[in-house]
Amino acid sequence: MELLPHITIDHYLYFSTVLFCLGVAGIMYRRNAIIMFMCVELMLNAVNVALVAFSKMYGQTDAQVFVFFIMVVAAAEVAVGLAILMMLYRNMHTTDTDVLDKLKF
Amino acid sequence: MLTEYAFWFLTFVAIFSAIGMILSKNPVYSVLSLIVTFFAIAGHYFLLNAQFLAAVHIIVYAGAIMVLFLYVIMMLNQNEADEEKRSNWSKLLAAASFGILLIVISAAIGHGHAKEVAITQQAAFGTTETLGISLYKEFLVPFEISSVLFLAAMVGAVYLSKKEQYN
Repeated sequence: MELLPHITIDHYLYFSTVLFCLGVAGIMYRRNAIIMFMCVELMLNAVNVALVAFSKMYGQTDAQVFVFFIMVVAAAEVAVGLAILMMLYRNMHTTDTDVLDKLKF
Repeated sequence: MLTEYAFWFLTFVAIFSAIGMILSKNPVYSVLSLIVTFFAIAGHYFLLNAQFLAAVHIIVYAGAIMVLFLYVIMMLNQNEADEEKRSNWSKLLAAASFGILLIVISAAIGHGHAKEVAITQQAAFGTTETLGISLYKEFLVPFEISSVLFLAAMVGAVYLSKKEQYN
């Protein structure tokens, strides 16, 4: 079914999938914890795009409220996560996850 | 026709700047690329009749979260990336996880049938008014609980950032 002229829900789902997979690949590829955080943000936004597309498809605002709550949780997560990174840097003088491997089995 | 072009333009901008975010060596350039991606996503929200979400997205992500990232990068003095040679193993792992996940989810989307839904579109769908009514009527309790979440996050961030307690 078409959300815009010639643009179906599948277009949006594929777009959202590509963004999500780019986020996953970034987490695998990068070793800097700050960049990894940004990749998590990218994945959250990919899901948001899919939710907004579904909201348009069904013509209801519920999914948009979900997106709103995802943004709320992402903001809270970034505040705490960056504070943890600051503290890690203060104690270990790095944000490289190859060095921060004390919990690694 | 115009909206179709806008869709493809915004999609390519979003995807290529996301790739740039992953591949750029300098973390500041990564943040700027991610901001471009977020603006493109906000454009998608406009196309999908979610004006309020587009505005909130720009304000919260480009205005607050990415500025926070820039401040942390500035304070940790990471303008020059100190990543040494990554092994080919991690590149291979990244490419494999990207490819496999993309194939699996795309196959799932391709085999599913997008149901033919009878659209009951209100005239003011997605505006601040309808979203606000939905947020304050049906979703009032989660909305209030999210304020507790924010309080906890704020206290946690301040507590973690205090200097003295961990040696």
